[in-house]
Amino acid sequence: MSTATAAHGAAVEPAESPLTPESWGKLGMWIFLAGDAVGFGTLLAGYGAMRATSADWPNPGERLGITLTAFMTFLLICSSVTMVKALEWLSRGDKARAKMFLAFTALGGTIFVSMQAYEWTHLIHRGLHINGNPWGAALFGTSFFLVTGFHGLHVTAGVIYLLATIGVVSRRPDPMASYNFVEITGLYWHFVDLVWIMVFTFMYLL
Amino acid sequence: MAEHKHPNYMAIFWYLAVLTAAEIFIVLPQFRPENKLIVGTLLCIFAIWKAALVAMYFMHLKLETRTLALIALTPLTIATLLVFVLLPDGFAVAKKTSDEKKVAAPAAAQH
Repeated sequence: MSTATAAHGAAVEPAESPLTPESWGKLGMWIFLAGDAVGFGTLLAGYGAMRATSADWPNPGERLGITLTAFMTFLLICSSVTMVKALEWLSRGDKARAKMFLAFTALGGTIFVSMQAYEWTHLIHRGLHINGNPWGAALFGTSFFLVTGFHGLHVTAGVIYLLATIGVVSRRPDPMASYNFVEITGLYWHFVDLVWIMVFTFMYLL
Repeated sequence: MAEHKHPNYMAIFWYLAVLTAAEIFIVLPQFRPENKLIVGTLLCIFAIWKAALVAMYFMHLKLETRTLALIALTPLTIATLLVFVLLPDGFAVAKKTSDEKKVAAPAAAQH
């Protein structure tokens, strides 16, 4: 009986496998994101430990300013919405609108990185450097540039990824043929948004 | 494959916008509670709440199989454990600082 079941099981296995060709890519992206999340989690936990053990940690809200970053947070949430809208248009078979919303998302990301560059320049002029600052613990600047820089790198990569996705949507005649690809791009983009939510709370507000 | 269910994305967007506004409201100097623990706890709750909304609705975790959610929860578990591993060091420094103050205080009083 056992051999019969095994043989039968082997025969139907492909159909019963929870992994379809579409979900392989999705699973791959999720595993990559889980690894990336451990990276960000370690950075933030390390940041917390450095701050907790420091006697003269500057007040981030006072030194970094939250007005600009609050707007950047809002912008990133908006770009997540344009990303899901792109997917929604694609599922309705409207390739042109899907591409337009993907372009909006990439634009949102570009503005975000530009504003971050502006913020960094501004803070460097005020004396915040990677190896010290006028207000207290030197690690304040180190951790700030490391964490926001690592996130900014992710946004930059995301913009390139989005532009490549627009290319893929353009090349495939059937809108549904690129649905899975766009959904996986979306996973990455929303993850970058999710990480910023954490970074904004822990590095600026707290 | 043809029919894809989509959550109400605009509702999630407003939900996230309101939570962000609430976070900023808490840290405004005129409203910021004196107790640092309260501020910290509230901000952590809001951040995790927002992250969960993004993961569940924008990243479709709510519509996916449970295995994917377990993969997503792994890094959160590891990061939380890491905080607890690093926490004792923070307590040790806090205790050392307060002990030094206790020693310094009577000395200062004699002068």
